[in-house]
Amino acid sequence: MEADVEKKIAFMKGNEALAEAALRAGMTGYFGYPITPQTEVIEYLCKAKNPADDKYPKFTVLQAESEVSSINMVYGAAAAGGRIMTTTSSPGFSLMQEGISYIACADIPCVIANVQRGGPGLGTIQPSQGDYFQSVKGGGHGDYKLIVFAPNSVQEVVDYTYNAFDLANKWMCPVLILSDGAIGQMMEKVVLPEPIPARTADEMRDEKPWATNGKGNRKQRNIITSLNIQSDAMERRNNELQEKYRKIEAEEVRYETYKADDAEIIITAYGLSSRVCKKAVDIAREKGLKIGLVRPITLWPFPTKIIDEFAAKPNVKFFIDVEMNVGQMVEDVKLVVNGRKPVYFYGRTGGILATAEEILEQIKAKM
Amino acid sequence: MKEGYTLVYKRPDTLLKTRMHYCPGCFHSILHKLIMEVVEEMGIQNDVIGVSPVGCSVFAYDYMDVDFQEAAHGRACAVATGIKRTLPNKPVFTYQGDGDLAAIGLAETMHACNRGEKFSIFFVNNAIYGMTGGQMAPTTLEGQTTTTSPYGRDPKNVGYPMKMAEMVSQLPGVAYCERVCLNNPVNVRKAKKSIRRCFEIQAMNLGTTFLEVVSNCPTNWRLSPIKTLDFVENNMLKYYPLGVKKDVTAENK
Amino acid sequence: MAAKGLVEISVETCKGCGLCVHYCPMKCLAINEADTNSYGLHYAQSVEPDKCIGCANCAVMCPDGAITVYKQSN
Repeated sequence: MEADVEKKIAFMKGNEALAEAALRAGMTGYFGYPITPQTEVIEYLCKAKNPADDKYPKFTVLQAESEVSSINMVYGAAAAGGRIMTTTSSPGFSLMQEGISYIACADIPCVIANVQRGGPGLGTIQPSQGDYFQSVKGGGHGDYKLIVFAPNSVQEVVDYTYNAFDLANKWMCPVLILSDGAIGQMMEKVVLPEPIPARTADEMRDEKPWATNGKGNRKQRNIITSLNIQSDAMERRNNELQEKYRKIEAEEVRYETYKADDAEIIITAYGLSSRVCKKAVDIAREKGLKIGLVRPITLWPFPTKIIDEFAAKPNVKFFIDVEMNVGQMVEDVKLVVNGRKPVYFYGRTGGILATAEEILEQIKAKM
Repeated sequence: MKEGYTLVYKRPDTLLKTRMHYCPGCFHSILHKLIMEVVEEMGIQNDVIGVSPVGCSVFAYDYMDVDFQEAAHGRACAVATGIKRTLPNKPVFTYQGDGDLAAIGLAETMHACNRGEKFSIFFVNNAIYGMTGGQMAPTTLEGQTTTTSPYGRDPKNVGYPMKMAEMVSQLPGVAYCERVCLNNPVNVRKAKKSIRRCFEIQAMNLGTTFLEVVSNCPTNWRLSPIKTLDFVENNMLKYYPLGVKKDVTAENK
Repeated sequence: MAAKGLVEISVETCKGCGLCVHYCPMKCLAINEADTNSYGLHYAQSVEPDKCIGCANCAVMCPDGAITVYKQSN
């Protein structure tokens, strides 16, 4: 499908749906670089800017010379007051880490999507979940967090991307959509959201009085910086950021539980893995096994409360965490469970997605 | 005001009264002053947005009373691209040193100029890395000693100094490219006119405007401010000739 | 006969770099070797104010904008 602001329901590829959702969210600027498996995003957006018939006059798309350049263009554009996004895949996400650290420290709202592929290194173009640490623990230097959403369907990609711009504005921080190559490439039916008109320059100025858009009749100039060279200033900045993160943790946790209320074994999984795990839960239930799923939707803030509740339940025997990596989110599950129950892990890499049967075999082996 | 006298020169109000941290005699401060004079005279203080680099001039935003963004090292041209593409009607400039623009930022610089991004680049070339204590820069002269070329820059090992104004002027997206210097009052007055020309051509939307400013570094050249003038005149300007390298407005005359 | 020009040099702003002294065509200015400002720097001052022609070379060169220049109105 090409960009079409009229369509309400469509059958779309994940990457294209992400682009369409961002356009409908009133995005004003996209700066990115081609990388498999998410290049469709920038292609879709470039196609949308038809010089013969420009339906998005307030939107700019630019292919930058690298991901390093892309993230810094995002910094500049977002700090100037725009609704700005970039997307990439794992190796490009590594390149962006410095820029993300700067953006997070300077309280700049923006949207980033990482359509994960297998690594480490140049890796493979197959999907993976190998960037959990980088996304949630902070891949760049210093103490900062991103709000991280882990969609598990094309519909969720649309919903979370569409809402990400306002959420970023609310908290003055980057919001990361952590997708993967399979979700990026798969095609599913989506219900598309109502388009928000892109803001005019005056609206952007009113909405973001902190932005560098020219001093105008402000008394003070606006400075966007992450330089805090004096110790007390740096500590103060860190404390302010931490205060913000505590508030986000209190308000923005999202998760889903699936057939977990009476479960004796809890699977934890996110994104693509969670879909296969749901199937595993269904097969298990047919066989009379009481297995359930807890699916974090925000990887940060992490749903500690719900996992803590299950860890405290006497009838829960153990947890098993399933990821497409060698064990990243499992560490956060273990931290919350805190030794009360065993936490096992099962993971495949290389883009290989465990089957539901395979996961069940692993669970049975632990029973 | 003085009775019986007219004012000939005072520092611009757009230059904040904050004491500039630059070493005595450093051309950075002269350039800051000139840019702010031009901003004041052109009446663009309330519109212009600057992008500061990493280097001695990282604190440029403490001295210039205009909206400012701090860029990561080398990325000012990418940051400025983001700003200008978001606010195409506002004047935008980057202020960068030789490491920022010609080493770590070379890709961003060349690509912004190749795309003809409509902002002005002010490039301070003093052939050394000042803030980090005097290491070799891409623009360090052959034979010049720095902390990472203690025996003098050897081109066979580390290549020749880069002539950025000449390189940039080859790119079709560049509308105006000049090399100036601040080593004497005549050149300072000329440079001010060139700064103004950059902003004027930016406003015409013709492409990137690039001004290389041959500068000094008393501390890391290990020379007094007055002695740096000799090095600028006898060494720097011999390798980095002054003059307009490209002017699309002149070509059409 | 009063000088055509008049300069005011801010003692505290001056860093004593000497560029103004070097470029004054009338040699009006000199660094005060006997005194320093609160930053410990020997500042420049007008030692032959009668010779000043108000060309403003000093102020144009001054990196710190420490100099204000006036010229006689007539």
